Amino acid sequence: MTFEIPEETHAGKVMEVTLGATPDQGGTRSHTVKIGGSTSSPFHFFEGEHPHSPVVAMEVFDQVPAKYPDFLRNYCRDVIDQPAAMAKKCVAEYGAELISVRLEGTHPEKGNRSVEEAAEIVKHVLESVSVPIIVTGHSHFEKNNEVMKKVCEVSAGENCLINYVETDNYKTIAAACLAYKHTLVAQSPIDVNLAKQLNILLTEMNFPAEKIVMDPLTGTLGYGLEYTYSIMERIRNDGLAGDKMLAFPMLINPGYETFRVKETRAAEKDYPEWGDLEARGIYWEISTSMSLLVAGAELLIMYHPQAVDAVKKKIKEMFVPKKGN
Amino acid sequence: MALSGLDIFKLLPKTNCGDCGVPTCMAFAMKLAQKKAELSECPHASEEAKATLGAASEPPIRLVKIGGQSSLEVGNETVMFRHEKTFYHPTGIAIELRASEGQEKLLPKIKEIEKHKVERVGEELKTDLFFVTQDSQDKKDFLGAINLVKQNSAKGIILYCQDRATLKEALGLLKDDRPAIFLQKELEDADIELAKTNQASLILTAESFEELAAQTEKARSAGLNDLLLNLESKGVGHHLLHNTILRRSALKKNFKPFGYPLFSRIQIKDDFELAANASIFLCKYDSVIVLPRYDKALLYALFTLRQNIYTDPQKPIQVDPKVYPIGDPTPESPVFVTTNFSLTYFIVSGEIENSGLSAHLVVTDTEGQSVLTAWAAGKFVGEKVAKFIKDIKFEQQVKTRKIVIPGFASQISGDLEEHLPGWEVIVGCQEASDIPSFVKKVKLT
Ligand code: SF4
Repeated sequence: MTFEIPEETHAGKVMEVTLGATPDQGGTRSHTVKIGGSTSSPFHFFEGEHPHSPVVAMEVFDQVPAKYPDFLRNYCRDVIDQPAAMAKKCVAEYGAELISVRLEGTHPEKGNRSVEEAAEIVKHVLESVSVPIIVTGHSHFEKNNEVMKKVCEVSAGENCLINYVETDNYKTIAAACLAYKHTLVAQSPIDVNLAKQLNILLTEMNFPAEKIVMDPLTGTLGYGLEYTYSIMERIRNDGLAGDKMLAFPMLINPGYETFRVKETRAAEKDYPEWGDLEARGIYWEISTSMSLLVAGAELLIMYHPQAVDAVKKKIKEMFVPKKGN
Repeated sequence: MALSGLDIFKLLPKTNCGDCGVPTCMAFAMKLAQKKAELSECPHASEEAKATLGAASEPPIRLVKIGGQSSLEVGNETVMFRHEKTFYHPTGIAIELRASEGQEKLLPKIKEIEKHKVERVGEELKTDLFFVTQDSQDKKDFLGAINLVKQNSAKGIILYCQDRATLKEALGLLKDDRPAIFLQKELEDADIELAKTNQASLILTAESFEELAAQTEKARSAGLNDLLLNLESKGVGHHLLHNTILRRSALKKNFKPFGYPLFSRIQIKDDFELAANASIFLCKYDSVIVLPRYDKALLYALFTLRQNIYTDPQKPIQVDPKVYPIGDPTPESPVFVTTNFSLTYFIVSGEIENSGLSAHLVVTDTEGQSVLTAWAAGKFVGEKVAKFIKDIKFEQQVKTRKIVIPGFASQISGDLEEHLPGWEVIVGCQEASDIPSFVKKVKLT
């Protein structure tokens, strides 16, 4: 029986994006992290190149989210209120490849912390870890713009990943990223056309394409995962087919989205058929992460150290078929 | 692969005898192409025509059934990506039982797995199969385990037993139960015979594409078509590639030897790596997966993933339109209203629950559309919401006369008050995540 492997080659290529900057590049990171560059569907080594493997970031907070589960707190109880120390722990003990600093506490209704305070936190995190960092904001446009402008300024040259802009609010932050040499996350609400439109808007203001990461908006398991999954597959297919305005690496938020739904918070005694709470939470984050990895995610911001560990092992295993391994 | 009318015409006798009920062979070919006729209606069709048309009408991936009355159907998939159409037959989840565990231990386990169900968006989620492994010295343990499953469960059975004589006895216990046989060795004629005489399907195992194709060809030519494919892989990376290549060969190249559902038995010690593997296999083309152990938390995650991936992208999942109690509401508790798009319902009910409130959540029928879409389409408007509340006699069930509507539907508030006399409409927040802070600021009753 003769059998030939049916290969499909593509005209397009996912943009290669570099995160962080080393001293000779104007920053202080010990190394940079590269994502993207693929020329075939996720992990399809038999019909394309995948120069970089997906990476896992962990998140620290200016203010711990109200719904942050107690079992998760146990891993960082001593440092949870000290983002710089927690960042260090996440890198050294839990293997985080990047750190996301979430500045939700600057939201006027969620703490209204000051712009200066936020900038200080980012500076401290940059000092405490040497991996590239992500700075994650929120949906309050005016405040977020002020915070991100300042953050871009105080971290000038570090090539942070500024997370995020959306169609209704991108100019201020994109301009700050340009001025201070950072990379940007373009977020769109689970929609191929809106995602494309935002990327066009950004490139029209001369924002460099190699500095854009897309966030298709993460629906966690049971909460719209199927939408995120299919939008990511469509974005990746179109990007590989040659649509340059969709050929960017993609970021997802399995941690933040997973650990605020009922399934990762309700006790087993109330829902005996749901099984052990903490294990359930870890499984939830792993399932969300793994399914979106095969749909095209390149950068995952995760929360549970054990989920991080399993997903990192699996990413390595997914790369075994790579030629030359 | 579908044939055109002309392709089919070339295969017909071209005598225009009319015995098929239409005057010409060409007209009959057109009817066949449109699937409005069957080839058997032409008494003069050649063997070649039958073979070609038969193969063309076969689905690219065969539908395989495992189990008796409540059988699992897998296969018959038509696309590589769910957004291209949909995935039709959700991955069957099997739990492995080892004969060496002994009947005393197995009985309570089987009973518990059998009754384990989780309800989600009106669907009952459960495991589908048992995978029974003969790993004991004594064949009585294996046969005993099978009897236990048969007596205590309606789920289908996959048998794994290296000794053919024992396997034969086991199959004898499963007449009418359409079991599957897991074969982890080179396929022999005796295996095919055994499967055929017992109406069992065969799970074929191989280490390479060529070897696998040779085995399926052997089974097919012996008339055994109920097959599943198990291509052994070193690690998830290879597994993903194998599954992709197998499915693509079947769908895009019409490569018949691979036109069968895919199977994977997962044997991993680490719970979290197990979850990771199973998640990938569910998304990327395994039609049956076997889990090495029963773990409720893991199953809940996998059930949910399976439900998500196998949902028809064209048909949003809906929840039943009715009043859902959140917490322990009394007739004086606050009342919220939203649409029956499952995601909307999930998020809104979750956030009300998170706020610590007990409340009534009225879910109206918007054919599964979200708030904004339903409002724009005229399915979530004052008159319809009011009619629903009256039809279900909700006013007799509560004393509350304030109703919170979604912020995105603020425009319906006047209309709703008009059609719902005696009620005060409160415009809620736009984002569900703001519900906990919203309920603190506004008086809801
Ligand atoms: S019965 Fe067959 S041969 Fe006769 S007209 Fe119909 S298709 Fe042609």
